[in-house]
Amino acid sequence: MAMTLPDETLEREVADLVISTLNLDVSPESVDPEAPLYREGLGLDSIDILEIALVVSKRYGFQLRADNEDNVRIFGSLRSLSQHIAVNRVEC
Amino acid sequence: MADFPFLTHPSMDGAVACRKGRAVTVREFLGEATALAGWLPERPYLLNDCADRYRFAVVFAAALLRRQVSLLPPTLTPETARQLAASFPGLYCLTDDPAREIDLPIRLYPEGLAPPDVDRVPVLDACQIAAIALTSGSTGAPVPHAKTWGSLVRSARAEGERLGIAQGRHTVLGTVPAQHMYGFESTVLLPLQNGAAFSAARPFYPADVCAEIERLPGAAVLVTTPFHLRALLNVDGEPPHIDLLVSATAPLAPQLAQAAEARFGAPLLEIYGCTEAGQFATRRSVEGPEWRAFPGVSILRAKDGFRVRGGHVAGEVRLDDVLELRSPQRFVWLGRSGDMINIAGKRTSLAYLNHQIASIPGVVDAVFVMPDEDSPGAVTRLTAYAVAPDLTPASLMQALRQRLDPAFLPRPLHLVASLPRNATGKLPRKALDALSDSLREAS
Repeated sequence: MAMTLPDETLEREVADLVISTLNLDVSPESVDPEAPLYREGLGLDSIDILEIALVVSKRYGFQLRADNEDNVRIFGSLRSLSQHIAVNRVEC
Repeated sequence: MADFPFLTHPSMDGAVACRKGRAVTVREFLGEATALAGWLPERPYLLNDCADRYRFAVVFAAALLRRQVSLLPPTLTPETARQLAASFPGLYCLTDDPAREIDLPIRLYPEGLAPPDVDRVPVLDACQIAAIALTSGSTGAPVPHAKTWGSLVRSARAEGERLGIAQGRHTVLGTVPAQHMYGFESTVLLPLQNGAAFSAARPFYPADVCAEIERLPGAAVLVTTPFHLRALLNVDGEPPHIDLLVSATAPLAPQLAQAAEARFGAPLLEIYGCTEAGQFATRRSVEGPEWRAFPGVSILRAKDGFRVRGGHVAGEVRLDDVLELRSPQRFVWLGRSGDMINIAGKRTSLAYLNHQIASIPGVVDAVFVMPDEDSPGAVTRLTAYAVAPDLTPASLMQALRQRLDPAFLPRPLHLVASLPRNATGKLPRKALDALSDSLREAS
């Protein structure tokens, strides 16, 4: 996948989405876009990732898949998740 | 006691597994298991950490052939591995994850061992300890629950009869790990002991589950949980054809059961059980809340709550649930007893969690709280309050991560100046709720 410039508006939107979906106790602007989303970073586990997959499919109109994409990479950081959404989103 | 074959497929050329779209025959499977049995080191206990369900089953078979006991920890934190190493001398871990790092001797699943010609199904001693399932004790040490081969077989056959699994007709797909008692029984033992096949995959996203179902030969049986089911119901588009839905780990809300049956056009059966006793009752949720015990199993009221015995259950097992007993074989589930917690099929107690957080250096006082559940099928997370003047939230979370299954990590974790203990040192729920409200207003 081609590297695109970070889309800060989308990153902020995705941070909002993740935080509100998971009831996290952090502010969207405090999320480091390069920090890992699971374990040390926001501490997400597989239950959370499935929850996020659901809201992403509702909001951005595409399904996350594991077999053709590297989950670990997509959920590696807010930035990589936002880029994955930017590339795959279906404009409604 | 009679001995039982490892699997019950009538032909050596019948399918036992479906892996990456290819059918694996009984002959191939047993060849691989026999080769692996010869390769295993000479040790009494094996931790089966294979994520690929086919490899998991091959390792389980090889361990049985070598009379090694398979340990099945539903999650493997560094702390769990250390405790298991102490409790089970000679334990080693067989994994298919090259990145697995734990404090145990590790062997990576070997690919390409030359399989010998196998022309019959091994028959195994019913009394041999085949597996040890683990639960977390209240002090943190894993509690072992030994399962004999005979008990596992009788349970899987009773389940097959209940679910109507037919010889050579069904392929089972699971979204639950094989290391979880439910996953072990319903995605590995069930197909092996009822002449069915199973998928090696453990699809994660709803779209992957649907795609894998489409690829399966025969009639698809989906073994899943309320949590995954809720996710599946959210998928747009044409649902794949499923013959039977199976759910366990938490009772399914009636509206979810109705919606699932309507969407997939398949009956949905729920399984009731626990790691200690294994599965022992089923219900078809759309027909009402009542559970029916397996033949030979009965439930009785005892001084300390409810107990189950008979059938494949070894001895008498106390249940962590409160039931309405309508007969020794029929009951309605009313709730969990005391401080038991179940999050996404993983079970623990508040006492255990409180013990774990209190043991962390720097923690002066701490408590976990289970908020009231909000929506059916959604996962409710724990909240924790801690008094730890020298720790940051991040360092405390890091310490908890070493000790707890991720499902039990608090969300949110609040560092506070003190906990609202009353005169007897107890933490009334009302006081904790008030604390939670004041924190919410402050933020």
